Amino acid sequence: MKAVAAGGNAALKGVGAHDGARGFDARRASLSRLWRLKWGLAAAALLLLIVASAALAPWLAPYDPLAVDIQHRLVPPVWMDGGTPKHPLGTDQIGRDLLARMLYGGRVSLIVGVTAVLISATIGVLTGLAAGYFGPRVDWLIMALVNVMLSFPFVLLALAVIAVLGPSLLNMIIVLAVADWPLYVRVIRAETLAICERDFVTAGRALGMSHARIVFRQIFPNLVSVIVVIATLQVARVIILESFLSFLGQGVQPPTPAWGNMLGEGRVYMLNSWWIAAFPGLAIFVTTLAINLMGNGLRDWLDPHMKL
Amino acid sequence: MRRYVARQLVQFVVVIVGISMLAFAILHVIGDPVLLLLPQNAGKAEYERYHKLLGLDKPLYVQYAKFASRALQGDFGKSWYTDTPAFRLVLQRMPPTIYLTLAGLVMALLIALPLGILAALKRHSFVDNLCTMIAVAGQAMPIFWLGIMLIIIFAVRLKALPASGYGTWQHFLMPAFTLGAFLAPLTMRLVRSGVIEIMNMEYIKTARAKGLSERMVVIKHAFRNACIPVITVLGLQFGQLLGGAIVTETVFAWPGVATLAVESIRNQDFPVVQCAVVLLALIIVSINFLVDMIVGLIDPRIRVGA
Repeated sequence: MKAVAAGGNAALKGVGAHDGARGFDARRASLSRLWRLKWGLAAAALLLLIVASAALAPWLAPYDPLAVDIQHRLVPPVWMDGGTPKHPLGTDQIGRDLLARMLYGGRVSLIVGVTAVLISATIGVLTGLAAGYFGPRVDWLIMALVNVMLSFPFVLLALAVIAVLGPSLLNMIIVLAVADWPLYVRVIRAETLAICERDFVTAGRALGMSHARIVFRQIFPNLVSVIVVIATLQVARVIILESFLSFLGQGVQPPTPAWGNMLGEGRVYMLNSWWIAAFPGLAIFVTTLAINLMGNGLRDWLDPHMKL
Repeated sequence: MRRYVARQLVQFVVVIVGISMLAFAILHVIGDPVLLLLPQNAGKAEYERYHKLLGLDKPLYVQYAKFASRALQGDFGKSWYTDTPAFRLVLQRMPPTIYLTLAGLVMALLIALPLGILAALKRHSFVDNLCTMIAVAGQAMPIFWLGIMLIIIFAVRLKALPASGYGTWQHFLMPAFTLGAFLAPLTMRLVRSGVIEIMNMEYIKTARAKGLSERMVVIKHAFRNACIPVITVLGLQFGQLLGGAIVTETVFAWPGVATLAVESIRNQDFPVVQCAVVLLALIIVSINFLVDMIVGLIDPRIRVGA
């Protein structure tokens, strides 16, 4: 995802003009940047709405998400034949209200996504800093480990570890965090290596600063925007993975509603009742889309030339 | 070139050893195989007996050495569930996974190449913006949901394609598209930025100055050179692609390694899980190695700079 700044259409028509990849047509570039930021802002607003609706689920939900009502099972959404305004999105196979389950289900995805990313970002950033700062030997060791982790099919690794540990919310957060950290290391390491060459780090060394001070007071502040952008985009990835694990029945356990396990349960009924599987998936899609757009917006805002 | 190959080869071996250690650790360090094997009401004596029988009383490094030397000979132990060698079980399921991955790759290229080139040539046009939008949406799409929606539309509603299974070319369409949609957004962005970068190069101007038609310039000069970064990243993304294939397989009940692994995880059949994980990772590492070799061969800057 290389942020290619706008450079007019000289590339297409220009026989003589050297475009130089960016900054050719500054006015147009800043306009398109603003346009992209608008997307990011809209996405952030949407995300805020999603977070608020998940947080306020107990007050917003029309029913208890676990309340079974066998008489009104498999009720279609309100706009279809047989739908009722009592259940705007319909009900599932044992008559639980889908809207209520969707609102509560969002809590799981968001909590797991954010917590796992906080943990994995911490591990990844610390290891990346160590790899970039402490010379070739440490670097080699850490990068060998990272390459091993990145060679594993992420999904399969998470599944295998959960199978051994047993499925639970906490185990899933741990697994996702552990599987996710190598992604940060590569970027942080490369940035750290580059920053270590800069004069202010040499000056810090000459002044006799401790390693900790150089790493955390001189190098780290330069990495904050990169970390924020990766972490934001990573939340979306983790949410998708969490919902896939729950979809396979290895994540959040029923009857606790989570978008993933609702989708997995709904799959069985998709022949006649498509809505049970369709809505939770749509929720995952919209949430990850909003997060990705916000992440792209953040990147453009913090540093449009960031190579991510 | 020789030094480059040697260095890559060392890394290749190190990563493979690391993978075997991790696969070993999943079962033997995080979990306890005896607890997983025995019923929950088994007594202490039973536990001790099995503990010894499986050689778990020996130090970890001895156990690992045994695991690794057997794995090198293709012996991952017998499946706890069906009592057949795990290696054979996994190997039998390998072809469908490979076909699916290749089909997904082809589908991704079929989507990404034309759209990426078009977007690059008509930069900032409506088409370009549309392509960017599709790519952003595609990256946020949970592919297992995409697969289920395809099944609902094409299998359940239109009854045009089989919902699941394996065999004819119709069975390939939906899974390949699902997997292709997973990889296409990233590929498209790469193609786009690659072509944009290359269209600014001096040799493109030379080609135009020679009076070559725009079509020849794009196809012969720009596209070929744009392929190098695309090949590299696709090679590195191969692990992602296999991960996507795992997800796709489970949605479409595709009889590949991934469905076997997921079944085995449900049955707590760890020799099979270990074997599947190791073999899949081995494929990924080998492909990454090959890609590094090919790219090093094509582009001398890489083997000198790395």
